Amino acid sequence: MNAAAPNIADSVGVVVPIDVHFDVPLRLKSGAVMPQYDLRYETYGTLNEQRSNAVLVCHALNASHHVAGWYANDPRDVGWWDNLIGPGKPVDTNRFFVIGVNNLGGCHGSTGPASINPATGRPWGADFPVVTVEDWVEAQARLATHLGIERFAAVIGGSLGAMQALQWTMSHPDRVGLALVSAAAPKLSAQNIAFNEVARQAITTDPDFHGGNYYAHGVVPRRGLRLARMLGHITYLSDDAMAEKFGRELRGGEIKFGFDVEFEIESYLRYQGDKFSTYFDANTYLRITKALDYFDPALEHGGNLSAAVKGAKARYLVVSFTSDWRFSPARSREIVKALLDNRLDVTYAEIDAPHGHDAFLMDDPRYHSLIRATMESLPL
Amino acid sequence: MIAALPARSDFSAIAGWIKPGAHVLDLGCGDGSLLRFLKETRGATGYGVDIADDNVLACVKNRINVIQSDLEAGLSGFDSGSFDCVVLSQTLQAMKHTERLLKEILRVGREGIVSFPNFAYWRTRLQLMAGHMPVSKELPYQWYDTPNIHLFTLADFEKFCRGHGVRILERVVLAGGRPVTTWPNMLGALAVYRLDRAGGAVPVSA
Repeated sequence: MNAAAPNIADSVGVVVPIDVHFDVPLRLKSGAVMPQYDLRYETYGTLNEQRSNAVLVCHALNASHHVAGWYANDPRDVGWWDNLIGPGKPVDTNRFFVIGVNNLGGCHGSTGPASINPATGRPWGADFPVVTVEDWVEAQARLATHLGIERFAAVIGGSLGAMQALQWTMSHPDRVGLALVSAAAPKLSAQNIAFNEVARQAITTDPDFHGGNYYAHGVVPRRGLRLARMLGHITYLSDDAMAEKFGRELRGGEIKFGFDVEFEIESYLRYQGDKFSTYFDANTYLRITKALDYFDPALEHGGNLSAAVKGAKARYLVVSFTSDWRFSPARSREIVKALLDNRLDVTYAEIDAPHGHDAFLMDDPRYHSLIRATMESLPL
Repeated sequence: MIAALPARSDFSAIAGWIKPGAHVLDLGCGDGSLLRFLKETRGATGYGVDIADDNVLACVKNRINVIQSDLEAGLSGFDSGSFDCVVLSQTLQAMKHTERLLKEILRVGREGIVSFPNFAYWRTRLQLMAGHMPVSKELPYQWYDTPNIHLFTLADFEKFCRGHGVRILERVVLAGGRPVTTWPNMLGALAVYRLDRAGGAVPVSA
């Protein structure tokens, strides 16, 4: 979350989340069925008469439907992609109608493991099904239909959000004009899955986890969440960015030969972990990391991503960042290769940015100029 | 729609060799104006490749698909035989890995089109005889700031092709935008070649 005070001039300003209830059951990829569910979303800008200017923003691991603007009762709670979306910004809300949605299984208002299971009257907890990128796209498609949007001018996202944008073009080729696929991978590597598994183990081995039914015990596996978040943060930053930001700086100015916080990086990670553990649901974290692990559109095509993308019709802007070691440029190039094999309209940019995986959230002028130019080229 | 005027004198020659609707890869595409010209005049599809951030942005503004990539690293992101034609317009002389790139062009493309400034052009020879490195419309740099590291002549290029299994299908030599037919290695400022592999195309990988 951006803690800076909101810049009123080019912001969408005060926003209000909306809840919508769906009571047509949704069959998930796992075979489980969500009999009914709520999705929480926000919108910025105005849907035009032809309903052709809608842009869907897909969120990554820890974000939400709160993409731009701020809340009247909390002006410091600025949307996670506010630097990109707003009046006059690269995704210009004077032209586009932008939608942010909290994914199914989330913990920011959409139905998730902490929600009440109507069948039992108790929180879903461990019983909440495992959701996938494909399931999220289906739920998002239902929201689009509910809002009267047949086709998105663009579906945009970074990291796990980019996987959803990519999945949209495969699941609903006629419903996407452009996909912005930023800091993505066509599937996780063993190393990526390994990091996720350590994060999950941190949570599930926390004595407060109670097999996922911690709500009934009035506790939260805070220690596990905290470790999961600390680990995640290490993978979001590059070695250089960390060195630049923290180096070997000592909080107290000298080594104390103890195990309390000494280095600035320790302080930073503990702070991030603590903050995260106060608002994020552990069961959601487990499920989102699983959705990441399972994402592999090529799997049903014998590992051939080009075959998986066959049938897609969208234009693509694929962007990677040189210092991103979590989803390196080589991973984006795998996606680009598959798109090229299908002769799809694709532009690929490799931005030489130092921030690591998190670069997709930064306002690097080269990155934002590309998105701006691409969005401006979209016919409505 | 009126097609944009070709920005460089080799564009018309290149367009003349592009079959309608051809799938084209333009290496070192700059702002994408050649691809845009080919799109508008030949109905071509395809992609540009460039390494510079500002060129990638210019291509997007020109509505041209572009892949940001370093040509020196080869064309491993492109399948064999996946393009009807791979174009390298006035870029070969600035490449470090000349041999490898030419080989890659004819792997990825069924045909290649390569254009370059002729270092044996008479005006160039005169400047050298006067004791200075040549500066011209085709070679607009000073010796100390030029990106052109492999300067060569028509004769050099044709000898190279003979020795590397590259077949010359057609050649257009230009000076001042006009075709040159006599003494091309002396009177030509810019050469444009259409090439393929002498032994036939590499089989398309499965």
